[in-house]
Amino acid sequence: MTEAYIYDAVRTPRGKGKSSGSLHEITSLSLATQTLQAIRDRNELDTTYVDDVILGCVSPVGEQGADIARVAALNAEYNQETAGVQVNRFCASGLEACNMAAAKVMVGEADMAVGGGVEAMSRVPMGADGGAWSSDPQVALKTYFAPQGVGADTIATKWGFSRDDVDAYAVESQKRAATAWKEGRFGKSIVPVKDQMGATILDHDEHMRPDADMQSLAGLNPSFAGLGGMGFDEVIKQRYPELEAIDHVHHAGNSSGIVDGASAVLFGSKEIGEKLGLKPRARIKTMASIGSEPGIMLTGPSYVTEKALKKAGMEVGDIDLYELNEAFAAVVLRMMQALNIPHDKMNVNGGAIAMGHPLGATGGMILGTMVDELERSDKETALITLCVGAGMGTATIIERV
Amino acid sequence: MELETFKFDIDGDGIAHAAFDVPGRSMNTLTAKAVADIIAISKEVASNDKIKGLVISSGKPSGFCAGADLGEMGDRAGSSDGGSKSEDEKLKERFQQGFSLNGTLRELETCGKPVACALNGLALGGGLEVALACHYRVAANDNPKQQFGLPEAKIGLLPGAGGTQRLPRLVGVQAALPLILQGESFDAEKGHEMGVIQELAPGAEVVDKAKAWVKANPEAKAPWDEKGFKVPGGVPHKSPGAGQVMTMANAMLHAKTYGNYPAQKHILSCVYEGIQVPIDAALRIETRYFIKTQERPEAKAMIRSLFLSTQALSKGGNRPDGYPKTEFKKIAVIGAGLMGAGIAYVQAKAGIPTVLVDVSKENAEKGKDYSRRLVEKDISRGKSTQEKGDKLLDLITTTDNYDDVKGADLVVEAVFENEELKAKITEQAEAVLGDDAVMGTNTSTLPITGLAKASKRPENFIGIHFFSPVERMGLVEIISGKETSEATLAKAVDYVLAIRKTPISVNDSRGFYTSRCFGTYTREGMEMLAEGIKPAIIENVGRQSGMPMGPLEVSDSVGLDTALKVTRATAEATGVDIQSDDRTQFLAWLVEDQGRVGRKAGKGFYDYNEKGKPERLWPDLNSRLEVKVDECPPELKQHLIHRFLIRQAIEVARCFEEGVITDARDADIGSILAWGFAPYTGGCCSYVDLVWGIKPFVEEAEKMAEKYGERFEVPKLLKDMAAKGEGFYDRFPPAGTKEKVAA
Repeated sequence: MTEAYIYDAVRTPRGKGKSSGSLHEITSLSLATQTLQAIRDRNELDTTYVDDVILGCVSPVGEQGADIARVAALNAEYNQETAGVQVNRFCASGLEACNMAAAKVMVGEADMAVGGGVEAMSRVPMGADGGAWSSDPQVALKTYFAPQGVGADTIATKWGFSRDDVDAYAVESQKRAATAWKEGRFGKSIVPVKDQMGATILDHDEHMRPDADMQSLAGLNPSFAGLGGMGFDEVIKQRYPELEAIDHVHHAGNSSGIVDGASAVLFGSKEIGEKLGLKPRARIKTMASIGSEPGIMLTGPSYVTEKALKKAGMEVGDIDLYELNEAFAAVVLRMMQALNIPHDKMNVNGGAIAMGHPLGATGGMILGTMVDELERSDKETALITLCVGAGMGTATIIERV
Repeated sequence: MELETFKFDIDGDGIAHAAFDVPGRSMNTLTAKAVADIIAISKEVASNDKIKGLVISSGKPSGFCAGADLGEMGDRAGSSDGGSKSEDEKLKERFQQGFSLNGTLRELETCGKPVACALNGLALGGGLEVALACHYRVAANDNPKQQFGLPEAKIGLLPGAGGTQRLPRLVGVQAALPLILQGESFDAEKGHEMGVIQELAPGAEVVDKAKAWVKANPEAKAPWDEKGFKVPGGVPHKSPGAGQVMTMANAMLHAKTYGNYPAQKHILSCVYEGIQVPIDAALRIETRYFIKTQERPEAKAMIRSLFLSTQALSKGGNRPDGYPKTEFKKIAVIGAGLMGAGIAYVQAKAGIPTVLVDVSKENAEKGKDYSRRLVEKDISRGKSTQEKGDKLLDLITTTDNYDDVKGADLVVEAVFENEELKAKITEQAEAVLGDDAVMGTNTSTLPITGLAKASKRPENFIGIHFFSPVERMGLVEIISGKETSEATLAKAVDYVLAIRKTPISVNDSRGFYTSRCFGTYTREGMEMLAEGIKPAIIENVGRQSGMPMGPLEVSDSVGLDTALKVTRATAEATGVDIQSDDRTQFLAWLVEDQGRVGRKAGKGFYDYNEKGKPERLWPDLNSRLEVKVDECPPELKQHLIHRFLIRQAIEVARCFEEGVITDARDADIGSILAWGFAPYTGGCCSYVDLVWGIKPFVEEAEKMAEKYGERFEVPKLLKDMAAKGEGFYDRFPPAGTKEKVAA
């Protein structure tokens, strides 16, 4: 099988996902277009060679609807023969899009493909696409549906993470992100977002709270106690009768931020790189996805990591850097606990608690972060993974070349 | 047109009037014949050019209609005919049968002529659904019995004649869901406010008002047949708020019922799926879910137990024949403690002159204070008036003098559980009682035959076991001792009916029927604890099995000291050494070393807050327990649920084997009303007969016996029943129906 290589990765800075956020006045089409243009332009790419553009998007309705990947490729003035497809694996959509792009290269369907994603959460709110899972009684009851925040609180309760534990994790995430920005570790990937005239409107992640400390976080109220009390705690206890009560530890300060953003990652075979004079930066070693218990929803990362490692013939210790999307602090704490991963290998540059989680775009963003970090810190392998709605996990193992 | 259940005429203006009046019944129900008549009326109205419109009303003073005929439905339940047809053909045939009323009402609704319903009195279930299919509803505003609602879910069914579709289209999904899921009824005012009723008028005028509306609106259409109709509050996936409503409704139902009630799950699906499509498709969806629901064992069991049997027992269905009905002119209650005080109250509430006796007049007055408080509460809540309250209290005479007991038809002795004291009171009371008077004793554990030894007339001596709090618990367990006569039993049944409670009739045994079987639930919880199953698992799974509380919480409410005492007394009486088993030792440690005697002390298995509500399981339980099972995946949960319920059912079977109980109906109703046995099963006999089937039940119980030992040992009776393929209702049919079953 053909090897798939990563040639480049870009992302927008993340704007606060509300009407006061800097990117609220920029369309999702524009965000996706700007990343596609950037990855083309900085590689002087003839898009005739790009067979497909695959973008993750979790709320593909309204302006994000009707296959935004194809529409953005057209708007970015890619060759009209470049196809486009939008995919949805909830929070892992961006990584799934990259895995699909890589797979297309591996099987020879594409010589070159772009993966990535877009989500303007301030413009198309989370949940705007509705869906059957929570509302259709047939499946909601069968699968113990509960909002993912309740699932995250359940993880904390079940595996013993206290409010202090999750807050401490959040403080560290903020610190690491601040350091990473200060040292310019994201510099290679960041593509400042331009406004309608072409002027820069945002060049940094604006969700960060570098001064957050235990004291300031302690003042925040739990976000999911209300929903839990309305019935979801009882629902989740039907799947986990071992829990006497759910400890609602998560709040706005230790959960991922709601933000706007887009990402793009360029994949291709070795031959096409040589032909176009591009230098490969990393190689895809393995990819995997898995389903896990949907009620608690967010335990997929450790399972999918085990699956990916097994496929790659590797062990936990063989990976130099782990990057797990910080949907909620307990999700990361649980994966480190389950697989015995030291914190200094996990999310070394902070994560979504500090910088935000633009749902469909995040997977492509953190994949890029890892490519940059392997190069910066001169390490070999990284595993990128995300917890996923409805109980799933997606992971990718990359190797620096 | 030949009609049996409707009076039909056409007035000079061409307005037809169909008055619903099922012959020989005090209340209309939608019998098969009534449905056929509605079909005929609908066809006549649609095809007869002389008819300009229709008014439907009731020909009975009791109201319009109480709903489907559950007697007929119960007969039909489970009688699906196989034949040589394919599965698909059979399903379609069932659909056609099930859709007939739904289809007819829809035809009436779209016949092009105005149809109005005049309501005076109650319209429930199918009755309200017929009314909802009319274009206009006028209801009486001066009838205190006016009552509307869709109570089907309470007995395991769903409204199958358009109720799940028309109500949400009228009032919105959010307002309709609780009405359909919980089946609570509402009055005319509230109905008018919500938009279910269009006009209020005095009862005497509702038909005229309905006619006037029909005359003035020759082109009537249902709102949902108008162009541009919008469901109030929106439709899931078309407006985000409506999707949220469904999400929360799913969670709340799941949280409350643990998914044990298929009817309610199906109601949610009817509304969710139906509201998204035009009404014709919606009605088809409703019928499909209706049939699915009706064919579930839960529906059959709940209709039988919670409706038919409860009604039968409340009318004296288990009373021995051939004895004249007793009218109670005076009843003495001896012992004015919590139970006696409650008993005096329910007697006075039923209009029976009551003498409340205690060792001092002062004590007796304290007992009467209980009634005073309840009366006051009722008055303050508008449930009673000062006049009625005074009358009630006047019926209770307090005394410390046995001379005042003279002339009583019945004595209910309700002192605490002490054989000597009870014997003394029996002697004192019998000294002043007439020869026919019945001596009743309220006890939950002491064998009646033993207590009857103190009686000069043991044939007149009987156990009358009340549950606490007396005024709220609907069941009374009547226990016949060895020598209790049938005439005495008949009197005791008359008494229970007179105080408007449901009697079950059992024979003597330690713990009788209810206390004995109920105890197995809490004891199984203790066994699990001794095995090292995490307490939270035991409690959560107990509730999720359908029991009202976890077994440890129940033990706390009963009192752990009491539980320990009963355990030791039973050990002594039966000669079985349970002193040294883990369960008893654990209990002794809690009670004697830790002083944790239960809710009354604010500490038992749980820690309680000052209001007596459990705050959390006592964390130090683990100091004495080695938790070996701290996770509960679905397979284990299912197993534990079976363990809880099978254990109880086996004890029930032993009661049948020993002749403690003789009627499956009494056993079912007793299990639900006395100790809250998972109501969706229809009671412990129906749980075996319908939820499992006798053979699979015995197979599963045998596996449990192998794993857990003696307490799950399958009684010979059950093995024999399994061999013959007989359920409890075949072997122990309701009294008086044995011949019918045999035929």
